[in-house]
Amino acid sequence: MTDTADTRSHMPLGLAQRGYTGVIQHLSAKEAGSALSDVELESRLIELGFVEGARVEVLHEGLVGRDPIAVRVDNITIAVRRREAMAIIVA
Amino acid sequence: MELPLLHLALVGTPNSGKTSLFNALTGSRQKVANYPGVTVERKEGFFVTPLGRQVSLVDLPGTYSLRGRSPDEEITRDFVLGKASGETMPDLVLCVADSTNLRLTIRLLLELKRTGRPMILVLNMFDIASRRGITVDVGRLAKELGVPVVTSIAVRKGGTADLLKLTDETAAKLAAEPRENSWRALSVSELRATQREADRIIADCVSLPASPDTWTARIDAIVLHPVGGLIVLALILFVMFQAVFAWAQPLMELLNSGFEALGELVQATLPAGLLQSFLQNGVISGVGSVIVFLPQIIIIFLFILLLEDFGYMARAAFLMDRIMGGAGLHGRAFIPLLSSFACAIPGIMATRVIDNKRDRLTTILIAPLMTCSARIPVYTLIISAFIPARDVWGFINLQGLVMFGLYAAGIISALVVSFLIKFFMLRDYAPAPFMLELPDYKMPRLKSIAIGIYTRAKMFLVRAGTTIFSMMVLIWFLASFPQPPAGSTEPAIDFSLAAMIGKALEPLLAPVGFNWQIAVALIPGMAAREVAVAALGTVYAIEGGKEAADQIGHVLATKWSLATALSMLAWYIFAPQCASTLAVIRRETGSWTWMGVTFTYMLVLAYAASLVTYNVAVALGAG
Repeated sequence: MTDTADTRSHMPLGLAQRGYTGVIQHLSAKEAGSALSDVELESRLIELGFVEGARVEVLHEGLVGRDPIAVRVDNITIAVRRREAMAIIVA
Repeated sequence: MELPLLHLALVGTPNSGKTSLFNALTGSRQKVANYPGVTVERKEGFFVTPLGRQVSLVDLPGTYSLRGRSPDEEITRDFVLGKASGETMPDLVLCVADSTNLRLTIRLLLELKRTGRPMILVLNMFDIASRRGITVDVGRLAKELGVPVVTSIAVRKGGTADLLKLTDETAAKLAAEPRENSWRALSVSELRATQREADRIIADCVSLPASPDTWTARIDAIVLHPVGGLIVLALILFVMFQAVFAWAQPLMELLNSGFEALGELVQATLPAGLLQSFLQNGVISGVGSVIVFLPQIIIIFLFILLLEDFGYMARAAFLMDRIMGGAGLHGRAFIPLLSSFACAIPGIMATRVIDNKRDRLTTILIAPLMTCSARIPVYTLIISAFIPARDVWGFINLQGLVMFGLYAAGIISALVVSFLIKFFMLRDYAPAPFMLELPDYKMPRLKSIAIGIYTRAKMFLVRAGTTIFSMMVLIWFLASFPQPPAGSTEPAIDFSLAAMIGKALEPLLAPVGFNWQIAVALIPGMAAREVAVAALGTVYAIEGGKEAADQIGHVLATKWSLATALSMLAWYIFAPQCASTLAVIRRETGSWTWMGVTFTYMLVLAYAASLVTYNVAVALGAG
């Protein structure tokens, strides 16, 4: 990660590798392809602390397909599948 | 003056330490039941405040919001709003927060405030927060939130003193100003705004240290390692099953000799006859042979409760999510399935954490394949009678290894069944999301664990005292009547009703190597699996006559072939022999069909497994 937060481009958290750190820019449930409706997915993400401005760090990955991921969101850790993490746009 | 009963409700996010606070406040004065019409566990406890106020405290299911997206969360919402049928609206709501992690609870509290219910915010686990260098300006937080705030350390003696004092003070001022309920479901933008507001308040009142909990990070580096983590998980499960077998042994032998001594005492003091036979063969040997397994049930619950309190269960779900996904299961299914090792009933009830209906149904259908504690008596009895207690490779107990194999057989068949369900029945399946908080590790507290084990042990004993006891009376009756004609030389049981029923069923069960005594034991075993052991105890005790004092295991070792014993073990991996589990499946799925499906598929599997096991064993010379 040589880029600084200011210059690097936005990407979905679902593509981030272990060790990635960034800040949530916005939520975009439409892009996730989750089984949940957009409203439901966004509500649940917010309820678990995924809001704009929160610092995130990918701490752990699962064995199969590096999925799910354990994400540090400010000071709590949330396990989420990559598919749903696609809705979280970070930089 | 007698003060009226004060109704308190405990609300909080999952992992907020709600249960340990509930245990600290109420101790063992707890009542566990169900809310009417739904299978959500209702936990109520009682305590008295320093001013002598009687308090009823209801521990509501954990939730992140009042949206109510599962039956549990709906209960929490309806209870707080006073809409839950047959429930009193709480006079005061205790909103519990983990002091090390306030973000989600403060947002929940801001939403709760709209209901207009009087509220206290309890900053629980305050000692851990202080140790980590987190400081909270409690006065300012109370002012910003507009509700009284108090700190507590549920796990320490006296750690709830401030909370009790504040409860008295707040209760005295209640009813002064009834407030309007202005709550309605929040839209996404309102939710976001509420979280922002919560974050602002926290930024103003709480100062966080730069570094997170280093212990959790260090443990997770191993425990959540993609490969290492799975090895750790396998090791934990292996130790658990070895412990269930090895640690419990001395205690079980003690209980066993106790019941034997009791039986002999009855034999010595009472005149020979029906009453003596009823007490000795029906009550003592029947109920006793089930109670003997209490140590094993305590050990399995000890492990489950320890892992839960420690914070490991959520990690296990994380590790297993994709692996179970291959078999068509959701990561969240891991916890219900693991609970099913204790008993399928709480396991099936715990499937409510799975929001997706299909994921939930699959989990319910396979939960009874997990080896529940009621099978332990059957397994233990047969293993100790037929499998030599020697070590293999120097350190692994062979009996423990067989036990582990039986558990593994249950797990593997559950995965296969789940895969088949996904493949044949639920084809257009879209994977439901897996989102779970991984709480920081916490040292499990003895008192909380002790209360948890106590409630479960009590449930087991109550069952032994009611269901099993009444079944035993029935079995004793069937095995004792009609009495043999005077002067007959054959064992008395050969003339009994039990023998008639058993012999009628024998042709059906002969291909799997079961004799008529087993057939008799299987019928009451429908009520609960462990009853089969008690029933065998009674049947053989009555048959054995004078040598009845002999241990049931020794009797079996002489009466059964190894092939029959192995066939019985195979039968019990699958057999749907638990009326309560079937009843819970009907209730949870709301359909007789799924209950029927479960019963049928398990019975077919049981018969097939026994058939194969018996014939292979006979062919190998174990007949």
